[in-house]
Amino acid sequence: MIQIKDLHKSYHMGSNSLHVLKGINFDVKEGELVSIMGSSGSGKSTLLNILGMLDEADQGQYILDNVPIKNLNEKIAAKYRNEFLGFIFQSFNLINYKSALDNVAMPLYYKGVKRKERNDTAMHYLEKVGLADWSHHLPSELSGGQKQRVAIARALASDPKVLMADEPTGALDTKTSYEVMELIQGINDEGKTILVVTHEHDIAQMTKRIVNLKDGLIIDDKKVQQVRASEYV
Amino acid sequence: MFNIERWQEIFETLSKNKLRTFLTGLSVASGIFILVILLGFGEGMANGIKKEFEDDASNRIHVWTEVTSKEYKGLNPGRYIQMENENYEYLAKKYEDDLEYKSAIYRIWQGAVNYKTESGSYRIEGVLPDFQFIENAGITQGRFVNYMDQDGFEKVVVIGNKVKQEIFKNEEDPIDQQIQINGINFKVIGVYTDPGGDREESRIFTPISTAQRVFNGANRIRNLSFTLKPKATFDETLEASEQFVEEMQQYLKQVHTIAPDDMSAIGTFNTLEASQRYFGLIGNIKFFFWFVGICTIIAGVVGVSNIMLIIVKERTREIGIRKAIGAQPWSIIGMILHEAIFVTAIAGFTGLIVSMGLLEIFGPYLEIPYVINPSVNFNVALSTVIILILAGAIAGFFPAWRAVKIKPIEALRDE
Ligand SMILES: Nc1ncnc2c1ncn2[C@@H]1O[C@H](COP(=O)(O)OP(=O)(O)OP(=O)(O)O)[C@@H](O)[C@H]1O
Ligand SMILES: [Mg+2]
Repeated sequence: MIQIKDLHKSYHMGSNSLHVLKGINFDVKEGELVSIMGSSGSGKSTLLNILGMLDEADQGQYILDNVPIKNLNEKIAAKYRNEFLGFIFQSFNLINYKSALDNVAMPLYYKGVKRKERNDTAMHYLEKVGLADWSHHLPSELSGGQKQRVAIARALASDPKVLMADEPTGALDTKTSYEVMELIQGINDEGKTILVVTHEHDIAQMTKRIVNLKDGLIIDDKKVQQVRASEYV
Repeated sequence: MFNIERWQEIFETLSKNKLRTFLTGLSVASGIFILVILLGFGEGMANGIKKEFEDDASNRIHVWTEVTSKEYKGLNPGRYIQMENENYEYLAKKYEDDLEYKSAIYRIWQGAVNYKTESGSYRIEGVLPDFQFIENAGITQGRFVNYMDQDGFEKVVVIGNKVKQEIFKNEEDPIDQQIQINGINFKVIGVYTDPGGDREESRIFTPISTAQRVFNGANRIRNLSFTLKPKATFDETLEASEQFVEEMQQYLKQVHTIAPDDMSAIGTFNTLEASQRYFGLIGNIKFFFWFVGICTIIAGVVGVSNIMLIIVKERTREIGIRKAIGAQPWSIIGMILHEAIFVTAIAGFTGLIVSMGLLEIFGPYLEIPYVINPSVNFNVALSTVIILILAGAIAGFFPAWRAVKIKPIEALRDE
């Protein structure tokens, strides 16, 4: 599903430049649930943003679902993001003046889906994350865990190939974090490929594979015995 | 533009951000409102000044005499100059082809007027038939004096509307009634109105021949009044009238033995010259209001740009989110512009309709000196609204463009 070879990324600030990713090689197959770990500043988010086409690499090869991702212009990047990817952020990033339902329906609007169908699909995913009753509430009326579940529903709405989650549980307490992980495991069980950035070991143990980053390189990449979040809930 | 989905998205955004929508709209609407009211008052002032010029024909030349100020050919200064019938006859004949209307005037400043038990004191003016047109007087009853009255020394009068109200108390038909002026009977043959109002309507006209004979005027005249036939352009007419005044002065100075450089003995007033100045003034007033208006528009444009800047900045994160979930850059710019144009258009037209409505309804009743019926050209007002909408769109475009250029990852970064 994802193949990257020798990926480099530097940030330039005035005369300083910071080499963040120093040659990452990394494959993800369809249906995997991978966690990316590492200390703060190791480049986890940078890597995920490049994979998510929110940012561009300086050098290296990236193939997503057999499509080489390079020389992206804004238009094509937007199209690929809409078709291939779903994002889940630490700070939820819901549009605050739109109801849960409208937030979930947003990717479908940009996909050109008609309103009626959009709302039906959005409702279906809200049911899936257990928030059918909250569909007309604004984000400000929802708890952190509920917001993240709305965000997950939104990421799923356009039926993307890969879900990318950057510290999806970073802003949540332990119990809520496990609920969110249970949801993510359920989605993975249905076959969706998911990448999760985290620095919490218990969260990483709930995935099927842990990739460890340090100073811009992968120092460890191992399969793990998945811990089911439902055991804790 | 005609994408229903886009319209729904925009209505939703606007209705869920009511305060922002309202404030943007308010600033646009009030800008247009102020502009229309200003332009309306500029127009009203121009109307008011024009009105001042309506009481007499606008190309009138009026002549009077005073005392000489310079010694000339052995004659002392301080000598009163008296015009006589032959002066008028000479000028009337010589300039026959150039003159449109002409009249000599002999005046009794205070004529004691009696009718039955009513009495009053009015100016009595002995005039020629043309004087009606020089004065812009309108006949409401009967007729003005004519050359038959003049040649027959008829004791007939045309009274002003005000005189009629005061002497006849509006009860009776004054036509063919006899009134006494300084004890002498005159027959009323007409009633006139004058755009100059009450002051101009409290006069009584009679043939100059009659006035001179009855009031011991002999062949003396007080004033000359002329209008010239208009030429093709205002400037040519003005030039001709100035030349006429010059030649007439020369003639009068010569026959009355006045020093050619004596400026005070013969007085002339050329309405055309004065109105040229006033039209210049009207131009200046209009220019001033336009200037203020354009400044208002500029302030409005700056205001709208500012609001757009703030709105876009406030929505940077939202734009980042929309991009992350697959919005095309142009769809976001389009959305922001569409919103901006929609809000400025609605607000602009609201301001336009409210202000023009106010002018339409209250303008005619407004009682401010020198302001008459303030109104505004609809096309002008419409253009300003369109300018403001365009300006809002352009002003919105640049921040929108910049916001879209920001990488989603930067727009989404937590503070
Ligand atoms: N836009 C940027 N400009 C300059 N430097 C940046 C930028 N984004 C990230 N960095 C730097 O790159 C390095 C890697 O950042 P990154 O966000 O990928 O770390 P991370 O592994 O996600 O850390 P954390 O666990 O704290 O989220 C950091 O040193 C960071 O300061
Ligand atoms: Mg990070």
